[in-house]
Amino acid sequence: MHSVGYRANALLTFAVTILALMCGMASLSDNFNSPSPSAHVQVLNINWFQKQPNANDEVSMTLNISADLQSLFTWNTKQVFVFLAAEYETPKHSLNQISLWDGIIPSKEHAKFWIHTSNKYRFIDQGSNLRGKEYNLTIHWHVMPKTGKMFADKIVMPGFRLPEEYR
Amino acid sequence: MDWQGQKLAEQLMQIMLLAFAVIAFGSGYVMASFQMMILIYAGGVVFTTLLTVPNWPFFNRHPLIWLDPSEAEKHPKPQPSANVTHKKKSVKK
Repeated sequence: MHSVGYRANALLTFAVTILALMCGMASLSDNFNSPSPSAHVQVLNINWFQKQPNANDEVSMTLNISADLQSLFTWNTKQVFVFLAAEYETPKHSLNQISLWDGIIPSKEHAKFWIHTSNKYRFIDQGSNLRGKEYNLTIHWHVMPKTGKMFADKIVMPGFRLPEEYR
Repeated sequence: MDWQGQKLAEQLMQIMLLAFAVIAFGSGYVMASFQMMILIYAGGVVFTTLLTVPNWPFFNRHPLIWLDPSEAEKHPKPQPSANVTHKKKSVKK
């Protein structure tokens, strides 16, 4: 501590060490938050449902997605990534997931939303298993904090069924 | 900066940084604003730097008191060889 350089160095190292500790504590404080998000998805219409020339099934649907994810936001949350996936079982694979829509929620004010959209990404099965298939629509989300640990969770909405015939 | 001043500067630096960290974290958490925490802490670091890094006069209140050169000449270091001869002479007498 005998010169300006030594004092500046000691101060800087100590200050950055404390900053790291504060960030760690901020991340730990996220554990005190117990979120209670809600989501609801309706399939309003199957726009078309057909077999592609390469024998893969493809569906286009109109969706109504409403969700309240405000409780996911804490003071340490940067943004929340949400996506809606169709999940179903085929003889070959026990779990198939197809992302139909996604979005980035930048702040708590935008976390209660309602959207009417056709599927943003194409709903294509690798095969022709979709006729009359029962599937779940699942809202997944990843909470991205400013510092520290990421959290992810989902809400599964079962009981959707695709039509028996191509249209 | 003298010895006491160095000790004071180090203690001031550590205590002030910790205090600002506690204040910043508390107010950031209460106001639910991460940015507020960072701003308060950054302000605290700048203030602590200004207070403890430059060589302020109040760090120099306990200067080391060295002996005056002339004072040292009046009391020269005793010569070991001269001492030994003296003692031997006294013993013989």
